[in-house]
Amino acid sequence: MRPAASYHPQNKHEDAILSPLRRITFADRWLWAVLLGVMGLGAYAYSRQWIFGLGVTGLNRPVYWGVYITNFVFFIGLAHSGTFISAILRLAGAEWRKPLTRAAEAITLFSLPFGVASILIDMGRPDRALNVILFGRFQSPLLWDFTAVSLYLFSSVVFFYLSLLPDIALCRDRLTEAPLWQQRMYDLFALGWRGHPEQFRRLERVLDGMAIFMTMLVVTVHTVVSWVFGMTIQPGWHTALIGPFFLLGAIFSGTAAVVIALAILRRVYHMEEVLTVNLFNSLRKLLIVFTLGWLYMIVAEHLTIFYGSLPDEMEVFWQKFTGEYAPIFWLMVLTVFVLPLIIFVFLGKSRIGWMVTASVLVNVGMWLERYVVIVPTETRPRLVSTLMEGIGNYQPTWVEGAITAALFAGMVLLYAVFTRLFPVVPVWETAEAVEAEVPPARPRRRVFGAGRPR
Amino acid sequence: MLKVDPRDKTKLIDPLFAAPGARFWLAALALSAVIAWGGTMYARQFIFGLGETGMNRPTYWGVYMVNFIFFIGISHAGTLISAILRVTGAEWRRPITRVAEAITTFALIVGTLQIIIDMGRPDRLLFVILHGRLQSPILWDVISVTAYFLGSITYLYLPLIPDVAILRDNAPETAPGWQRKLYTLLALGWRGNREQWARLEKAISIMAVFIIPVAVSVHTIISWILATTVQPGWHSSIFGPYFVVGAIFSGIGALFIAMTAVRKVLGLEQYIAGRQYRNLGLLFVTMNAIWAYFTYAEHLSIAAGQQVEEFPVLAAKLWGEFAPGFWLMVALMAAAFWALAVPRLLPAAAERVPVFRPRYALASAGAAAVVLFLLVTPQPTSVHAALTDAQIRTLGWALLALFVVGAGLGVSPWLKARPVTASVIAAVCVVIGMWLERWNIIVPTLTHPRLIPYSLYQPTLTEISLTAASLALFGLMFLVFFKLFPAVSIWEVAEGRVIEEAQSKIVIPAPEPSETRRLRQRRLKL
Amino acid sequence: MRWSMVIDLDKCVACQGCSIACRFENNTPVVNPSEALKGRAIRWNDVFPLPINPTEETGEYPHVQTRYLTRPCMHCDNPPCVKVCPVQATYKDEEGLVRQNYARCIGCRFCTVACPYGVRYFNWYAPEWAGALHATPVSAPEYANPDRIEGGGDLEGPAVRPLGVVEKCTFCIHRMQKARARAEAEGRDFRADEYVPACVETCTGKARFFGDLDDLHSTVSMLAVSPRAFRLLEDVGTHPKVIYLREG
Repeated sequence: MRPAASYHPQNKHEDAILSPLRRITFADRWLWAVLLGVMGLGAYAYSRQWIFGLGVTGLNRPVYWGVYITNFVFFIGLAHSGTFISAILRLAGAEWRKPLTRAAEAITLFSLPFGVASILIDMGRPDRALNVILFGRFQSPLLWDFTAVSLYLFSSVVFFYLSLLPDIALCRDRLTEAPLWQQRMYDLFALGWRGHPEQFRRLERVLDGMAIFMTMLVVTVHTVVSWVFGMTIQPGWHTALIGPFFLLGAIFSGTAAVVIALAILRRVYHMEEVLTVNLFNSLRKLLIVFTLGWLYMIVAEHLTIFYGSLPDEMEVFWQKFTGEYAPIFWLMVLTVFVLPLIIFVFLGKSRIGWMVTASVLVNVGMWLERYVVIVPTETRPRLVSTLMEGIGNYQPTWVEGAITAALFAGMVLLYAVFTRLFPVVPVWETAEAVEAEVPPARPRRRVFGAGRPR
Repeated sequence: MLKVDPRDKTKLIDPLFAAPGARFWLAALALSAVIAWGGTMYARQFIFGLGETGMNRPTYWGVYMVNFIFFIGISHAGTLISAILRVTGAEWRRPITRVAEAITTFALIVGTLQIIIDMGRPDRLLFVILHGRLQSPILWDVISVTAYFLGSITYLYLPLIPDVAILRDNAPETAPGWQRKLYTLLALGWRGNREQWARLEKAISIMAVFIIPVAVSVHTIISWILATTVQPGWHSSIFGPYFVVGAIFSGIGALFIAMTAVRKVLGLEQYIAGRQYRNLGLLFVTMNAIWAYFTYAEHLSIAAGQQVEEFPVLAAKLWGEFAPGFWLMVALMAAAFWALAVPRLLPAAAERVPVFRPRYALASAGAAAVVLFLLVTPQPTSVHAALTDAQIRTLGWALLALFVVGAGLGVSPWLKARPVTASVIAAVCVVIGMWLERWNIIVPTLTHPRLIPYSLYQPTLTEISLTAASLALFGLMFLVFFKLFPAVSIWEVAEGRVIEEAQSKIVIPAPEPSETRRLRQRRLKL
Repeated sequence: MRWSMVIDLDKCVACQGCSIACRFENNTPVVNPSEALKGRAIRWNDVFPLPINPTEETGEYPHVQTRYLTRPCMHCDNPPCVKVCPVQATYKDEEGLVRQNYARCIGCRFCTVACPYGVRYFNWYAPEWAGALHATPVSAPEYANPDRIEGGGDLEGPAVRPLGVVEKCTFCIHRMQKARARAEAEGRDFRADEYVPACVETCTGKARFFGDLDDLHSTVSMLAVSPRAFRLLEDVGTHPKVIYLREG
């Protein structure tokens, strides 16, 4: 017996938002097949690694951490997109973010597991993963990492689910032609949501509280991830700035990823009315600030090292600026800062194509940035001679490439499937946001309160 | 002939033309006395040399350097409020921009003075320009502070022009001639026609955007004076953003104090209202959290690295001779956070719970003081034996924490009812705390060098007098400036009223009936 | 030509003759006892126990493990003091000496704060000298070394310093100038072994050596590759040119 349909706030874009859920196209199946294929390849590569050991990668002494750890930091960084949009912007009272929250949080939700997976893939003995819990040492930054990321994963799932709840009820009530298993799924996950005012009020309160918690959590998580490097004494890693640096980089790459996701959704699902150009303009302003902030941090970091001239640090410095990693380093500067800044400032206004180009460049560059933080330090250690053949060189193998591709494919697959099952724009949150139509050239001027006695 | 709203006339313009009262003269006299005393101490220092200070080898930089960084830090108040809030379109900033910009300009002047006081050969100041070496961080500092100073003066002056023109046109008959001439001169022939307004708006907008990176660079470069050396505790890449965050933080604190003073003395409650305090309070709390994050990151790095030269510096701060200063700073910052954040979160019903009353707060605070005294100071042998037991000590610290939290809770409803007082308390805590923070950065590193015996540094009367005189100079400049110019930007406030009126006339098409609209209370009203 | 000094700690007896010779050679001012207690004594060449700030490894009396070190300015090849001077009052010349110009110095003390070895000193008060015939200090040394490096806005070496400027060891640059002048007057080339600083000349145990590091056959070059050779704070990247030979 189906319960009575619950109340849903009216949203004139409801049909546009729900239309992708009503059918699965041929193109979809092709996409999923391709992605599954890539994942299969990755699985095969991993099976070889499982059987033969990490020797099938390019890792060696002293470069014990390579592409897998880069992936880990990158995916955790990508996960900050959702929290930034949903939590931090929520606390700042930025109303324009509402259509984006679900898409952004979905990036968070689907990149976190792959970040965690990267770590498991990197372990020499993944079968002993439980030792981390059974014999954990709290002095180790990896354990803080484990704790923080687990907490983050759990909280993100809860946060996501809670904000999804009224829309699951909406799907249950509107998508009457969906297959039976899908309807049962909506029924189950809707948890009997009725849409009472009381329920909405409670939901908002919980989300407000969680927003504060998630903000603190997002700062903690990426800082703790950076402290895996920062709390060693290795030259290039042992810098106090690494916390804020990684945090800014994470929010930066996350926001750029949101731009990419939004543009694809807008095009593929014909959501031009809902995901308006103004959203992209607001994101553009944030991205300009982040680009400049990133430059500031890079300059602060390297100027301090350069002036100090400590020999150990300078070895790593020159590796990045003029040595083996110079091409990657300067490519990174080009793709994270120079090109995106030019595009954002001069070409990006109201042009989604350019915004996506810049965002893709940013994300490619941020992956390179993680690589450039992790690997050059390992290639110039203090007491390991790099004069011998092969020492200090790191060439990733096809195994690492395949697994990286599989991780990305997995994230995209989960995302694509998600968009066919749940509405990608929060219907209930955008319901009363009628003013999304009014193009805010600047953030709305608030009413000035002079003269009101207080 | 520029018209002005009669409310503004009484509150903002008339006091400027009234003869200064007894209070003004008394204040000016007191401040001048302190400045004169500082002047004589400086004359002594100039004649006899920097030996008059407590500096020595290796503590070649002391109180003057701390003051320098402190004052330049406070100068970031103006940029934050005027420029960043202007660029982001926050209307509530309008009544406080003048105070903020004034703080910036005067703090920069006093800060630069500190450096000249600190120089061994101030008569050779021009060498910095004549023989400057661009490789030196001090030279970058000179360039950026000069740029910032020129920018700030411009940014103070531009919005002042229309106000001065208003003063010129609305001066009463009894106004002294020199005052009228001053306003006429400064108004630069402002007529208030459309062209001039358009040009002024454009100029101010450009300045606002331009001055933000300059301000960020100023405090970053100051931090790089320390970070580009190899000294333990200084050679840290985080100093750039760390100092900027600290500067904005202390700037908001100074702004709270200044705007409350102006509000109290000139009776400007209608202008500098609860909204300003609330929003600045939010910024304050955010900056506090970010500052705490940076401080933690910095110190944890050193603690984890445990390198031989760095660790004694950290140890001196955590439990050595600098521990009282360090923990006092931490306590002050925590108190500032508490004073502004907790009252916001406290529900109104809390007043009925006994623990949330001021008398219990006092009792708690007293108990906390007793426990702290027992734990920290050496005791007679009879008590000593009990206190050295590790478990009893842990219990002692836990009790202390409990009492402190109790005191904080007890005082929260009192603070909630008095947002202005709470802001001032938080601001004073922050201003003192940030001075201590600069001290804790500069002196422990200098007194724990690699190849010189660890030393002590004790500021002398000269340094204390000059610090007091600098603060007095800042106060005096403030006093005189706001005797001559309006404390609230008259035209910006008037413009705000026009915008508010216009907005109230915009008809937003009635949204679809939605139950949730009525229910959703925006908690964070901006 | 790169001037360098080698100090053999095995031969050094910590007699402080080097410090005293240096102070008379260079007209170093004195400070009164209370100032000295504040750490303002000026010793261009300093003799002190190592480790300078005791740790657990130093031990407690009578099982103390220290040694004595005599320390002039390191005249680093990558001097952290030169980088930070805003008026180029301290600079590195073509022969590797880090020089200090008293006429240019504005007394900001950035160089004193940047030097990790602590070789720089500041004139907190107007300099005074111990009067030989008076009990109280005098404002000009009675038996001064008249040598100075002067001219063109420069005032260096043993020149009497004014108030409020920084000073430090110069490897007795005035002696080098005199030796150069003599060689020129005699119409021949100047040789690196023609001059030594006062401390090297005085050393009781003949523990100090001075010469040109660029000349591979000089004493300092040959001692520099000794297995006993080390430099102070090598991990800080300053490339000091004073080389120590540890006790054998």
